[in-house]
Amino acid sequence: MMSETGHAEPTSFFRRYIFSTDHKVIGKQYLFLGMVMALLGGLMAYVMRWQLAWPGSQVPGAALLSEPAVVDGVVTPPFYNALVTMHGTIMVFFVAMPILLGAFGNYLVPLMIGARDMAFPRLNMLSFWILFTASSVMMISFFVPGGAAAGGWTAYPPLSARPLLSGVNWGMNLWILGLALEFSAFLLGGVNLLTTVVTMRAPGMTMWRLPMMVWMQLTAAIIFMLSVGPTIAGAILLLLDRVVGTGFFVPQQGGDPLLWQHLFWFFGHPEVYVILLPGIGVLAEVLPAFSRKPIFAYKMILYSIFVAGVLSFLVWAHHMFVSGMNPTLVMPFSVATILISVPFTIVIFALIATLWGGSIQLPTAMLYALGTLTMFIIGGITGIFNGSAPVDIYIHDTYFVVAHFHYTLFPTVLLGGLAGFYFWFPKMFGRMLNETLGKIHFWLTLISFNAVFLPMFALGIGGHVRRIYDPSTYDLLKPLHGITTFVTIATVCLLLSQIPFLINIVVSLTRGERAAANPWRANTLEWSTASPPPHENFVGDPVVMRGPYEYSVPGADQDWLPQMQDADTATTR
Amino acid sequence: MAKWFPHNVSTFGGDIDSLFWLIFWVGLAWFVLAEGLILYFVIRYRRGKSQKAAYITGVPWRQSAWILVPAAVVLVLDLAVDAMGAHAFEAVKGESPQPDVRLRLTGEQFGWNITYPGPDGVFDTPDDLVMLYEMHVPVNKTVAIALGSKDVIHSFFVPALRLKQDALPGREIPVWFKATEPGDYEILCAELCGFGHTKMRGMLTVHTDESYAQWVRENWEQ
Repeated sequence: MMSETGHAEPTSFFRRYIFSTDHKVIGKQYLFLGMVMALLGGLMAYVMRWQLAWPGSQVPGAALLSEPAVVDGVVTPPFYNALVTMHGTIMVFFVAMPILLGAFGNYLVPLMIGARDMAFPRLNMLSFWILFTASSVMMISFFVPGGAAAGGWTAYPPLSARPLLSGVNWGMNLWILGLALEFSAFLLGGVNLLTTVVTMRAPGMTMWRLPMMVWMQLTAAIIFMLSVGPTIAGAILLLLDRVVGTGFFVPQQGGDPLLWQHLFWFFGHPEVYVILLPGIGVLAEVLPAFSRKPIFAYKMILYSIFVAGVLSFLVWAHHMFVSGMNPTLVMPFSVATILISVPFTIVIFALIATLWGGSIQLPTAMLYALGTLTMFIIGGITGIFNGSAPVDIYIHDTYFVVAHFHYTLFPTVLLGGLAGFYFWFPKMFGRMLNETLGKIHFWLTLISFNAVFLPMFALGIGGHVRRIYDPSTYDLLKPLHGITTFVTIATVCLLLSQIPFLINIVVSLTRGERAAANPWRANTLEWSTASPPPHENFVGDPVVMRGPYEYSVPGADQDWLPQMQDADTATTR
Repeated sequence: MAKWFPHNVSTFGGDIDSLFWLIFWVGLAWFVLAEGLILYFVIRYRRGKSQKAAYITGVPWRQSAWILVPAAVVLVLDLAVDAMGAHAFEAVKGESPQPDVRLRLTGEQFGWNITYPGPDGVFDTPDDLVMLYEMHVPVNKTVAIALGSKDVIHSFFVPALRLKQDALPGREIPVWFKATEPGDYEILCAELCGFGHTKMRGMLTVHTDESYAQWVRENWEQ
């Protein structure tokens, strides 16, 4: 169903590039915002790691930071806690979601379903600018008196509920405000995406012909919209506790700190799947295209994802095994958590089986997709340790957990995001990326990523707790200090590894080879239009003939059958 | 990696460690299988001169068995881990055995208050002894702790005991352990509790019976 009143292509600079209603421009805006925030979040990690490896020494580059965050170039404990808090907040809410949902969702979904734009283009523009405001609020919070929020990205009260306890006043209020705006942006975005997928599909694009990426975006949007409500309510209560002096989470006034944890994690766990699913969506497009094979067991993957999505609402208390919640309830949550490994085994093995019997090419996009898959497996398996309640008693709040969730989120967000970036860059910008620089970037990133996070498992096993400012306080951690230092050096390498990437973007945008409409010979609809696609995406009205993964069909004269190829030119199906 | 675990000195820590290693070896087997398959496929099916990909959809049952059978095996392994886990969790967080020694442990920004009930064995009487950071207990005796907090959430963590429990303001959470070897073991705070979080280093001293008796004589009001 196509919108009858198409809007004309805007001509002024502002309407075209800044306040644009074109989903492709908005998608790129999300992408740039996410990349800038990723750089900032990465630099925060660098400052933290420096303090951990060489406690009390001057951080190179600290001249850019002002007092009271640093004193004589040394990070202060309050600023360290602010970095811990803001690194997590920014990476989850202002990098992962803008890139995976905002950029890929906005840019790809209308193209992939054969629509001219999102269902509500102006709402789409509003969503982005709300998110932009939210990002600004978060970054500005570093500069208010008392500094940015310092209670951890989970903001556990009473620490977060009373300014006196954390020493942060306005920073924490702005953190709540920034998150509320972020949630609003993605709620509006989710409604928009849902409406778009349900009502704007081109003729012939049945639900079972949707590319996996669209299904993942749709499922992620639904999970987000269903789970975020309790956390928004909790955030309002927290703000009231701080500003009005109520005591919802303060025991001295009859409140309960555990209430916040339940409200937060009821959303916090499904949020992991909100981020994870679009990452799997990238894999599900890239792996078939470069294996020249249909995705293995399309429907079975989707059913597994739906089961995992439902289970994700029933496992939140696995973040709370040692929180003081009722111990009788712990085992049911532990069982449900570990059960999630069953649907994900199906998904992972289906993705692996997609390679089986293929004709595999290894351009940078495929290397990143394989990197995502191989690394995410480590994240998945180590989740069993945390999900097992007795093991969690020991490893909870240690670096083992830090290593685990970075092995789930880094592959999906950064490796998966980069797989998508290298894959769809020709479509988005009309130029090919440099493959040599791309491969250098891939290997440097993959090796330094593992050098950062693999040793963290050992730190956690050694009893190294998270979020401490100075590990040298503890005799227990002294033998581990060599590992801590190694991790910091690897972090610097990981950040420097992004330089070839930035060079690649600049060089390719200006001098890259012009991209053909379908450089990867892929099937989905976005590859049937020009690179970059024209305003309103398609020249004619696309009509969809078949599913998205018809690669190497026996009897066909080429090894791909585009979804909108005319029926009479195809030899089968 | 085994030596990276701090030496275990609690009665229940051994079960936690064996469960960890069970998951480790099972997980490692799956890791090798999955990564091995990826590596094998990428090498074996690397695009050659005229190699054409096979058309495999994974839809027929004979094909989807390749993903369903691993999932079924994972389900069985999950249930085994759960069954062992339920037992081990109950040992740590379930009902405490009859305690020999009772303590009160209260976290505050930024330290641990340990209250001993004194010779009368009753809390909140004048002979109570309060120490900062120092916890003294006898070896091979069941120690019952009433864990609380004055201000924010802290978390009582003794790696050598494999014991961790958040301390919440407004609640008293029962915690127990029985240490099996005399020695000094560090207490950490595992929950971010403010800018002095890193300074919440306590010390658990597990005494032999004789040295505990001596410590009591020297410190408790008689």
